[in-house]
Amino acid sequence: MSTKFMQISGFAAAIVAIQIFTQITDSSFHLTQLTMTAYYSLLVIGLCMLIGYAGQISLGHAGFFAIGGYISAFLTTHNLTSIKGKPLIALLSKFGLLVEGKDLYGGGLLAFQPWVACIIAVCTVLIVAYIIGGPVLKLKGHYLAMATLGFGIIVYRIVLGTAGLGAADGISGVPGFTILPGVTIGGSGSGKIMNYYVAWGILIVGITLLLNLISSRVGRALSAIHGAEDAAEAMGIPTANYKLKVFVLSAGFAAVAGVFLTHYNGSIGPSEASVMKSVRYVAIVAIGGMTSLWGAVFMSLILNYFSLRGSFGTYDDAVFGVILILIMLFAPDGLIRTQVLGDLKSFFKRSDSKEATL
Amino acid sequence: MELLLQYIVAGITYGTIYAIVAIGFNIIYNTTGIINFAQGEFVMLGGMTAFTLKEYMPLPVAIICAVVITMIIGALIEIVFIRWLHKPSVLRMIIITIGLSILIRETALHIWGEGVTALPYFTGTSVTSVNLGGVFISPQVFWAVGISSIVVILLGIFFNFTLLGKQMRACSANREAARLCGISTQNMVTFSFMLSAAIGALGGCIVSPITYISYDSGSQLAIKGFTVAILGGLGNSTAAVAAAMILGILESFSIWALPAAYKDVVSIAIMLIILFVKPSGLFGNAAAARLKEY
Amino acid sequence: MRKKGEGVMKFAQILATVMFMVVVFVSPVLAAKDTVKIGALLAVTGPASFLGAPEARSLEMLVEGINKKGGLKGKQIELIIKDTGASTEKAVSFAKQLIEEEKVLAIIGPSTSGETMGIKKIAEEGKTILLSCAAAEAIVNPVGKYVFKTPQKDSDAVIKILEQIKKMKLSKIGILSSNSGFGNAGKGQIEKLAAERGITIVSNEVYDKAASDLTGEVTKVKASGAETIINWSIEPAQAIVIKNARQIGFTGPIFQSHGFGNIKYVEAAGAAAEGVMFPAGRLLVVDTLPKNHPQKTVLANYKKDYETKFKPDAASTFGGHAFDAMLILQKGIEKANSLDKEAVRTAIEGLQGIVGTAGIFNFSATDHNGLTIDAFEMLTVKNGKFVALDQPEAKKAAPKKK
Repeated sequence: MSTKFMQISGFAAAIVAIQIFTQITDSSFHLTQLTMTAYYSLLVIGLCMLIGYAGQISLGHAGFFAIGGYISAFLTTHNLTSIKGKPLIALLSKFGLLVEGKDLYGGGLLAFQPWVACIIAVCTVLIVAYIIGGPVLKLKGHYLAMATLGFGIIVYRIVLGTAGLGAADGISGVPGFTILPGVTIGGSGSGKIMNYYVAWGILIVGITLLLNLISSRVGRALSAIHGAEDAAEAMGIPTANYKLKVFVLSAGFAAVAGVFLTHYNGSIGPSEASVMKSVRYVAIVAIGGMTSLWGAVFMSLILNYFSLRGSFGTYDDAVFGVILILIMLFAPDGLIRTQVLGDLKSFFKRSDSKEATL
Repeated sequence: MELLLQYIVAGITYGTIYAIVAIGFNIIYNTTGIINFAQGEFVMLGGMTAFTLKEYMPLPVAIICAVVITMIIGALIEIVFIRWLHKPSVLRMIIITIGLSILIRETALHIWGEGVTALPYFTGTSVTSVNLGGVFISPQVFWAVGISSIVVILLGIFFNFTLLGKQMRACSANREAARLCGISTQNMVTFSFMLSAAIGALGGCIVSPITYISYDSGSQLAIKGFTVAILGGLGNSTAAVAAAMILGILESFSIWALPAAYKDVVSIAIMLIILFVKPSGLFGNAAAARLKEY
Repeated sequence: MRKKGEGVMKFAQILATVMFMVVVFVSPVLAAKDTVKIGALLAVTGPASFLGAPEARSLEMLVEGINKKGGLKGKQIELIIKDTGASTEKAVSFAKQLIEEEKVLAIIGPSTSGETMGIKKIAEEGKTILLSCAAAEAIVNPVGKYVFKTPQKDSDAVIKILEQIKKMKLSKIGILSSNSGFGNAGKGQIEKLAAERGITIVSNEVYDKAASDLTGEVTKVKASGAETIINWSIEPAQAIVIKNARQIGFTGPIFQSHGFGNIKYVEAAGAAAEGVMFPAGRLLVVDTLPKNHPQKTVLANYKKDYETKFKPDAASTFGGHAFDAMLILQKGIEKANSLDKEAVRTAIEGLQGIVGTAGIFNFSATDHNGLTIDAFEMLTVKNGKFVALDQPEAKKAAPKKK
């Protein structure tokens, strides 16, 4: 418990240090990309849990992210004014679930309250993940990869092909999300520092949750599944049940990330659902070292941050591809290792036993 | 009625394209147990290389050269990235081939730029069509169907009657046993990469006049190729061809019922359903046993 | 197994984070030059690279030319091109970066409508001039104080086509469009404007922008009894449409959008492209334009410069949109005689008669596009080349505009 507490508080201290540093050097513009990075990291830690701890690959997590983001964007921007009189809308309005605002042309806009939209979005994703998770997680290896990839492509195709979701243009004009009085997730310049802390705060909550989970009974069960699924099953661990729970949990993380980032950016486009995005997330988890939550966070921080700053120019995808290949060829256990020496000693033994099971 | 036939012809055209990619997947899968996510990239490379080469030589020669060049690239990929890995896990192989696919695509972007290329029609021009009782068919469709059929037949002969082919099959049935019999399994793997690269490249050249090829055509085709390979049952090339035709025709008819933008949704949803219900594929049986291994 | 190294790891992590911060945050401070910074958000790679890549090349070329001639107000231009890969979230991130960090005078791009809509508000809040290269009308309607766009209006292109259809005494049209932002916008405009002109839409199909064969779709349109097909897309698929339509024996006229303005598509479609009609800026027919046409010099120079520099790439109207954006910015700066954002913005709003590649721009406080339907010319393909559909009329119309 205490080491966990130390890790998290150390991490939080680093977050504060970065902010203070940007304040001193008058470079707070870095916070924009760092905030976005935090939300992507939230998805990544969820995926890390699934790939690294439960041993199940998913090439469709961008799909969950996009469903969350799109539902929230749609509900908070779709104008209900024309059907205001309908009893259902009136009822929703009465319970304060709708807000009035102004649309692009200055006309009246009646749309869902961001909190309501957020809850609907996350719940939808959880339900979708639960429904597809059952049959998908029965598959293994290539079949699992293909099935999750297929799911990702379906989501991408649907958001790209549906006029109501803006087709290729996506949805823009998404309002800020006031999560608490005075705390708004939104892109306007003034709330930059606040947004930074909110985003990293959410990530820290997520990390704490997962760290607790890993060191709990569930975590031990998961590592047993990862190690040898049949053996775990024989020991009386309900493997299918655990895998499904982790799958749904990681989808939930993706959905929350999608919702918050969409409100932060004020827009979402089909690129968020693309297969390339899913591949990137898997890449980050792989580079971070599959079973290292902190490694995943750290790699996500570096790679997303530089990517979002456009540091790789037109080689953005190529850089990811090269890193991915190099890591998988030469360091399949990831770049961020906890004990380099121990690694060197046990490298051969461990890599053998692990690969045989994956 | 004519309309119905026209749709079927369209479906066969789609189907042929998918079948070529799926066969490439299966060859590598059979000898290595790897699904090569970069298979679509071979198709792209073939089409693009032939387009560049045709400036300097007659079309048939350009196509042959393109196939050979892609074959060499296929071999190099296997030797550099895959050969020396000791018992790689499935997850690791998936990630490596995805990485390769990205890498090849991005390299192609920086070599050829973002433009589309199309080889000229092998016979006639883009407006030529053969009228078969009210159904119009482009001659290139005949070329595509014809060449693909020949490829399938040749592959059948190769795997069943030549020593090399038999060795490759032995490798796929049981790698360890094959090695004990003195078959160089590593060379067989390299050879399977070359073969599937060649078939992909040839496919790229044939469909280039119909669909055009640009640097990012590969992943599109690869996804359809997977779908078909899974529908037919991984590893079974004849079944893949049948599945490709079924999927092609289904897609072609799906336009009646659904906005065409959702065409891919239909085909992938079918793949998912097959995966959930009968993962060994529409025609699979023995493959079901293999599924357990992964 | 993991417990052992945790203390070490925490320390290593903090150390790495600090080093990372130092490297990243300090390095940009060191480099500062006295230049005019202009940002560009272009989809150089990714699904819209056919727009972004020629745009980026055109911009680099024009800026190089301006810099050689001494730059803007004696300062060299520092062009910062960011590749968005056509993704909205990157456009958002880069736009904030350009505005807050690089403090650019203006942003050129983005290439696609979705990205532009995503950053419109950011440009407004950051009080930075945005010269979009995307087509959607929502970009400049409602007018955003700082947001301009250079491509012609979709609705004008549609009107141009529909009038041609009326002139040819046709009344039943089949629409095909791709599921891109461009296709979607065009489809909407046709649906809206066709009815007013007594033209019936007998079939309306949307296909995937990466489609490889569209025989099914064109068969359906043909079966619906359409006399003519209007295809609205910007991707290679538009060449596939005409090819497949001809292959299945559709003989009626085929119209394309102004997205057809790239000779590569004509080459790809080969014989099928013959006779296809589409509205476009005059860049594509510059060789046949009369000498006294006001756009002649600008167009001929752009085409010549681009094609010499980027051989074998042919000049397309897309690259022209970025060229126009930079040109307008340059004229605005010259007119304002200042490098102040506000002054330049006001100056651009007052620019009149600026001859660009897309047409002649006349901006006002309510019109941030500045082009009229005259910017379009109806073109057709003859012997594999673009020619004006109605040569004599073009000649007549040209001097009038002066």
